[in-house]
Amino acid sequence: MELVLSAAIGVLAASGVWLILRPRTFQVIIGLCLLSYAVNLFIFSTGRVMPGVPPIMPRGGFVDPTAYADPLPQALVLTAIVISFATTALFLVVMIASRGLTGTDHVDGTEKLP
Amino acid sequence: MSVAPEHLIIAPIVVPFLAGALTLVYDERQRRAKLAIGLLSCDVTLLAAIELLARSKGSDLTGGNDIGFYLLGDWSAPYGIVLVVDRLSAMMLVLTGLLALPALIFSAAGTHRQGQHFHAMFQFLLMGLNGAFLTGDLFNLFVFFEVLLAASYGLLLHGGGEAKVRAGLHYIAINLAASLLFLVGVSLVYGVTGTLNMAHLVQLVPTLGDDQRPLFHAGAGIMAVAFLVKAGIWPLSLWLPSAYAAGAAPVAALFAVMTKVGVYVLVRLSFLIFGAHAGASSAGFGAQILLAGGLATLAFGLLGVLASREMDRVAAFMVMVSSGTVIAAAGIVTGGGPAAVLSAALFYMLGSTLAVSAVFLLIEPMRRLGGEAELILDDETDDYDDPDDDPRPEIVLVFPGTVTVLSLAFAVTMIASAGLPPLSGFIGKLGMVQGLLEDTGRGGWAWGFIALLFLSGFATLIATLRIGIRTFWGSEAIEPPRILALEFAPILLLVGLLVILSVKANVTLGYMVDTTDALLHPTIYAEGVLGAPRAEDAEMME
Repeated sequence: MELVLSAAIGVLAASGVWLILRPRTFQVIIGLCLLSYAVNLFIFSTGRVMPGVPPIMPRGGFVDPTAYADPLPQALVLTAIVISFATTALFLVVMIASRGLTGTDHVDGTEKLP
Repeated sequence: MSVAPEHLIIAPIVVPFLAGALTLVYDERQRRAKLAIGLLSCDVTLLAAIELLARSKGSDLTGGNDIGFYLLGDWSAPYGIVLVVDRLSAMMLVLTGLLALPALIFSAAGTHRQGQHFHAMFQFLLMGLNGAFLTGDLFNLFVFFEVLLAASYGLLLHGGGEAKVRAGLHYIAINLAASLLFLVGVSLVYGVTGTLNMAHLVQLVPTLGDDQRPLFHAGAGIMAVAFLVKAGIWPLSLWLPSAYAAGAAPVAALFAVMTKVGVYVLVRLSFLIFGAHAGASSAGFGAQILLAGGLATLAFGLLGVLASREMDRVAAFMVMVSSGTVIAAAGIVTGGGPAAVLSAALFYMLGSTLAVSAVFLLIEPMRRLGGEAELILDDETDDYDDPDDDPRPEIVLVFPGTVTVLSLAFAVTMIASAGLPPLSGFIGKLGMVQGLLEDTGRGGWAWGFIALLFLSGFATLIATLRIGIRTFWGSEAIEPPRILALEFAPILLLVGLLVILSVKANVTLGYMVDTTDALLHPTIYAEGVLGAPRAEDAEMME
């Protein structure tokens, strides 16, 4: 479980970093998306990896906290997903504007001549 | 101010938020209404900030540092989000308010009609800035960072045009990547300590086991990279000059405080988490990197100032010089250096931010003097104009003695930012040099810092003099240019503030000394936040 999760985060992050460093805006935005997936999974994993455990405790009395998942990282992931989704959408608009104004999809707005 | 005084702390966040939302209701043609709402909101926010400043400068109880708290949703401290106003955050709130008002007045001269929703984005940027200064929770800090960044993306692109879109693309991409790093850092810190509350962190860091510390340091380091990107540290700041130079004048003037958010968070967190209380291996963590990075930024900034031909790029590099100086000073003091360096640096930061903001506003009128562009409206940018719209600014009032006043204002900002006597830049730099001379432990670093301080002042002087000579003496324009009172008033306001800051230097510097003293005692902050009473409990006691 841990191995699969960490491998997934690693592969996503590595692909994201590679794509961000590419010269085309489309590659950059896909890279940012992959990186944000990696980060979201990473945040999720900070609250102990345990399958099939509820995050909400019952009311009253003593409850064993080890039998429940940490709800906070789940709330953080939700916020992070919404925010990165919104900012990526905004970036997409700027990307299209840049493509329209400069006539190229290079991140610098000009093609490098060989 | 007597109605529910404890709720005043949240006013700098709520007021711009409501004002920004309200301006969205109005049609783009009703710019005057939008402007009026914006101005009202800026005034109220500034007044609230000044009141908070007056409250937090009182000296009793907690070793001379009054701190105000606001428990959101009335959850007690480590569980809920808490807003904290102390000397440092109150000062930043006032600084933001003082920059926002002139920038907004300036925008009324034409900028706000170049695109849609200028006023809404302006208010949301203010909300994000004020929230970032007030919050005492790491994840909440992330949220406010995103609010201010999202608004800043819109403002940077405001007006459109190829240069803005090009600069904006880089700016957005690098800030998105930095935000992701911020998230990684925050979740690592949470994973190790189990809290996101800054005050709780102060208490938990000393208790961390030796096996947990490397992971905690890694998390803090990754988080710091995100703040360093915002603060514009070299080599993470190569996006900064083109982005700031491309932004419209009032936008760039407000952006002058954006790098300071990064600086503020770095100062706040390094003292809270890695202060002397943090235990052997954590105390002063990253101090050397802050010092080295700050000095590198200072050096890069001063070379950039010298290399730039255009005023807007000079101003953008001046922003880097200013934030590099404060970061280096923070590095010295977190590393155990004399506190006087940081208090002088904070004073310098106030003055230099005001000066750079004034320079950004001066660019446009000075260009007109050089005969390069007529009015902002005739610029190449795509105007968002309705056919039935009056193409001229609403209030046409041409200022008398244009050239004289303009050159005097330019001279004041030049003197203040180069650090020549008698203005605030000189006082700040003198204080830093004095402190550094006392600092015997760091030898070469301290001398290097002193040298760079002088060199950067010299470089600023050369660059601005060159531009001043070209504009004011080399101008071929026979007729004095049309410059609106709406453009002059904010410039004069900022220049006046610089003069007041220099005249009242002893008061302000005394405030900074107390601020630094409070920063060096993070346990007072922590005990205050964690002991903040809930409103419900307080009522029950009554």
